[in-house]
Amino acid sequence: MKTQLPLASRRGLLLGVGNAYRHDDAAGLQVVRRLQQHALPGFEFVEMSGEGAALLEAWGGFETVILIDAVASAAQPGTVYRFAAHEQHLPAKFFHYSTHAFSVAEAVELARALAQLPRELLVYGIEGKDFSHGLGLSAEVAHAAKKVCAAVLRDITRLNSQSSHNETWNLAHARTRSHQRLAAQN
Amino acid sequence: MKTKTIKVDYLARVEGEGGLYIKLKDNAVTEVKLKIFEPPRFFEAFLRGRNFSEAPDLTARICGICPIAYQMSAVHAMENAFGVKVEGQLRALRRLIYCGEWIESHALHVYMLHAPDFLGYEDAIRMAKDYPAVVQRGLQLKKSGNEIVTLVGGREIHPINVRVGGFYKVPTKAELAPLAERLKWARDAALETVRWTAKLNFPDFERDYEFVALHHPEEYPFNEGRLISNRGLDIAVSEFEQHFIEEHVPYSNALHAVRKEGGAYFVGPLARYNLNFDQLTPLARQAAQEAGIGKICRNPFQSIIVRSVETLYACEEALRIIAGYEMPDAPFVKVEPRAEGASGCGCTEAPRGILYHRYRLDGNGLILDAKIVPPTSQNQKTMENDLWQFVPKHIRLSQEKLTWQCEQAVRNYDPCISCATHFLKLEIEH
Repeated sequence: MKTQLPLASRRGLLLGVGNAYRHDDAAGLQVVRRLQQHALPGFEFVEMSGEGAALLEAWGGFETVILIDAVASAAQPGTVYRFAAHEQHLPAKFFHYSTHAFSVAEAVELARALAQLPRELLVYGIEGKDFSHGLGLSAEVAHAAKKVCAAVLRDITRLNSQSSHNETWNLAHARTRSHQRLAAQN
Repeated sequence: MKTKTIKVDYLARVEGEGGLYIKLKDNAVTEVKLKIFEPPRFFEAFLRGRNFSEAPDLTARICGICPIAYQMSAVHAMENAFGVKVEGQLRALRRLIYCGEWIESHALHVYMLHAPDFLGYEDAIRMAKDYPAVVQRGLQLKKSGNEIVTLVGGREIHPINVRVGGFYKVPTKAELAPLAERLKWARDAALETVRWTAKLNFPDFERDYEFVALHHPEEYPFNEGRLISNRGLDIAVSEFEQHFIEEHVPYSNALHAVRKEGGAYFVGPLARYNLNFDQLTPLARQAAQEAGIGKICRNPFQSIIVRSVETLYACEEALRIIAGYEMPDAPFVKVEPRAEGASGCGCTEAPRGILYHRYRLDGNGLILDAKIVPPTSQNQKTMENDLWQFVPKHIRLSQEKLTWQCEQAVRNYDPCISCATHFLKLEIEH
């Protein structure tokens, strides 16, 4: 049975979302499986199907959450998106937007409406090519998944250095830094 | 001549896989095509050559919302094949984990998916801004179900503790006890949910359906019973394929399940309720009657009340099981393949209705073939028939409002989109 760390020390969660039996829909799951091979103290790993309410529960109590999902935005397969979801709205069209199932984008926005977002929520989207039934990623998506692994590892290095500088960094500071980072990227 | 088309595209990134399409000509419905559900044919093929013991965990991956239902139908089918009966506390634990899944699934549908339709919100996010406490209650109620599944199932998502013959590990009495406190809260919240949903406005819509559900002489059905209907069907699960067939429909690769004798039928909460009202707890019966739905409910829009009543029942049933629980001596009954091969079937009540599994196995317990009939494919024809009748009555509504209500009419059945993928796009064509 799952043992949970005390709330205060549940710092980071790496959350892979997707359906393992729908080719590129498994991209997020593949990233998380790959990351599990690295020593990432303080981080837990979870794979989920993408049902929104369950996502809300999964990230409850975590300071930092990095979520990786496959997306369908009609972009070039393998295109990688990155959103700092704690400070910007997610474009619904990138995720499995649904009025029946309750999706990743909806979970993020519901959490925002209820003030239940993690302090830092990074969402990676990998543009898929083939969502039909079957196992394995297409070549472009597999390549993108590797890139996302490296990007997530960089995120974690940055987060670790932030928290070692200041164990009690607050939301305002985190936001400022994040804005600066985005500005620098642009 | 005026032609109007209502089109709701589901699963748009999976080419040609799903959608709702209604065509109106001179204010009369000329076409209704619903193709929202792809049956799990991939999994049926994927299971061939696998060991019987893998079926529960593999089929659980078909649906992220109801993995327990798939596990339960699979284990019952295998036990049926090998002549094993699981009884006592192991049987009770199976009912308990099913209670957890019903609470999770029903709370999600009632609060996050269906209620926004009735209250005029596009989704639960917008509803949460005006009704934060109500949405929180829904999420907490759902969480109470998750906690049962996590504890008994080993983990919350894709539970892994269920096996043919029982469980890999069973909880101690002390491990189970803490669930009760939260479930007492959940029972009260479920009662509130019944009262709250009873106050919603329901379209005036009833049809004379054939309801099909499991029926057990002593309990509200989860895992066992005979398949009965309000039109005289009364068969053993092993006779399922003699009475129900899956029809190909020309506009979709999906299959529609129908009664061999009588066409479309209705599975799910409304069917269970109508055929098993007397098996509910006194509190659930009383709550239903106070909500004004009586012993028989034929308005599919009121399924939101019935789901709430079933949630209340599941909370009470879970509390009863926990109170009477004694840790069994062994976590499972031993199951051995039969040298001469075997075949078996199982049918259990998934949150959305009956889920049928049938397997044929060789002498080493390897799967030769598998058949899976999920509730959503059984309800598809009934959903279409509802729209044939619903649309003409509401033809004066604006296209936007009519589209909304058609989606709501489909949502009455809590269709399991997530069995295919997990998203939907909406499009209206003029």
